[in-house]
This record gives sequence, C-alpha cells and structure tokens, in this order.
Amino acid sequence: MTKIAELYVGDTLNEIQLDPVSRIDLIKYAGASGDFNPIHTIDEEAKKAGLPGIIAHGMWTMGNLAKLFTTYYEEGFIQDYSIRFRGMVFLNDVVTLKAELKERDENLLKFDVLAVNQEGKPVLKGNVVYRLF
Amino acid sequence: MKEMIGKASAKVRNTVERGAVKKFAEAIGDVHPIYLDEEVGKQSRFGKNIAPPTFARVFDYGVIEGLNMPNKGLIHGEQIYHYERPLLVGEDVYCYAKVSDYYEKPGALGNMGFVVLENNGEDKDGKTIFTSKSIVILSEAYRKVQQV
Repeated sequence: MTKIAELYVGDTLNEIQLDPVSRIDLIKYAGASGDFNPIHTIDEEAKKAGLPGIIAHGMWTMGNLAKLFTTYYEEGFIQDYSIRFRGMVFLNDVVTLKAELKERDENLLKFDVLAVNQEGKPVLKGNVVYRLF
Repeated sequence: MKEMIGKASAKVRNTVERGAVKKFAEAIGDVHPIYLDEEVGKQSRFGKNIAPPTFARVFDYGVIEGLNMPNKGLIHGEQIYHYERPLLVGEDVYCYAKVSDYYEKPGALGNMGFVVLENNGEDKDGKTIFTSKSIVILSEAYRKVQQV
C-alpha cells in the first residue's frame, strides 16, 4: 500500500463502493449513534415527512466516508473534516466514497472528499485535512 | 431563536467506551483493528485504541436551556469537525454544546432558519480535543409548528 505521505496532488485514495443501503444498516446506525429520528427507520414517519421512503442518516454516510483514511492511522489523523449534505440516500442506493489530494502544505494534506450514488449524483461533498505526525 | 446565540450547556463528562466504539465502528463498516483490537492499540503511537472521527456525535453534550429544537423535521445541512488529536478509547471527555449563530434566509423551504450549533470536547484539564459545528436548517413549516 502506498503511504499517504507519498501521494501527489491529483492522486486519489482507493475508492470504496458500499453494499446497497439496507434498513438494518440504518437501524444499527440509529442504535450506535443515538439518532432515533424515525425518518431513518420507519416508512410511515418518512412518508409523513414528505419523503418517498426512509433515508440514510447523513452522518451514517459521513461516518462511512472517513474510512477511506483509517488504514493510514500510523502516519497521521483526520484533523479537519467538513461535509455538506447534498442529496438524500435511499434504501438500496449504492454509494461510492472518493477522496482526491488537492493541496499539500508541509504536514497537512488537503483532500476533496465525495460520496456519490449509483447515478453518479453527489450525496455529500466536503474536505478532509489530514495531519501527518 | 436569535436570542439563543452564545448560550451554552454545562459540561458533561463522557467516557469513550470500548463497547460503544465497537458498535459505532460496525455501524459505519469501519472495523479497523486500531479501533477494536487492544493489542494493536497498545502497539500504536497512542498506546491505546482510538475512535473514528464521527464517533463524537455519540456523546452527551448537555442541554442548552431555552433551546426548543425537537429532532423531528430538522434538516442537517452541514457538519464540520476539527480534531487536535484522535479520541482515545477509555478516556473521559468533557462535552458541551453552544449556539454560535442563527440567521434566516428565504429558500426552497420558505423562510428558513439556520442554526449553527457547536459540540465541543475537552480533556480533564480543559484542553480542547475537538470542536465541531452542525448547521441545522429549520424549514418554514418547522418554524411554524415549533414557533421558532
């Protein structure tokens, strides 16, 4: 595996494609995170809120995206992680996680990060500043 | 809502619990040994397991008095974390919440409100471990129902 410190501007981390989103994924995340907003787990509540069906917690997708960086833990850590929630993630959507190095500033690596659905539409978009030790 | 700017909760002591970290790592499909395997934690530069960066959303940040913002109907627009170092499994973190800004803007959901809510964590000496900001959007419909 390439070291994160050896990346050049324009290089990307290995993409991760998640399994289709399942209800159990969201029930597990509700339990683990304490976010029991019912639009993420109960169809009728999602419909009452004007949605076609339950949607993933934005923080579930944001949590997933951070794992692009986990394997590099010996080199540094995520210092800044900012995300805009751009689109909803529905059941059975297939989300792909991406990161591209945009800028290097000594020991700070600045990445654009992105999660897209099966249609290539961004569902979240943001930045990670990875601090090397 | 505007009068809430600057209001904060009292600090709440939280512990980064091993079981909670495991459950969280599983829920986001990030079951890396640095989070879960005690031996890998011991061998690491931290001497301990760490927690994923978004684990901070699990903590109890206390109650901001007078802030009436039920979860139902809220829209999470943006989330920003800043870490001085990773969270360590087993450590105590003193957490508090603060309303750092509020503004209104017309948009797709009527006359919308934007609440900037800080969720911060410190060590026992009061040193910042992380700060975070959530931008929460209140639709016109939500504002009417909640009268905010």
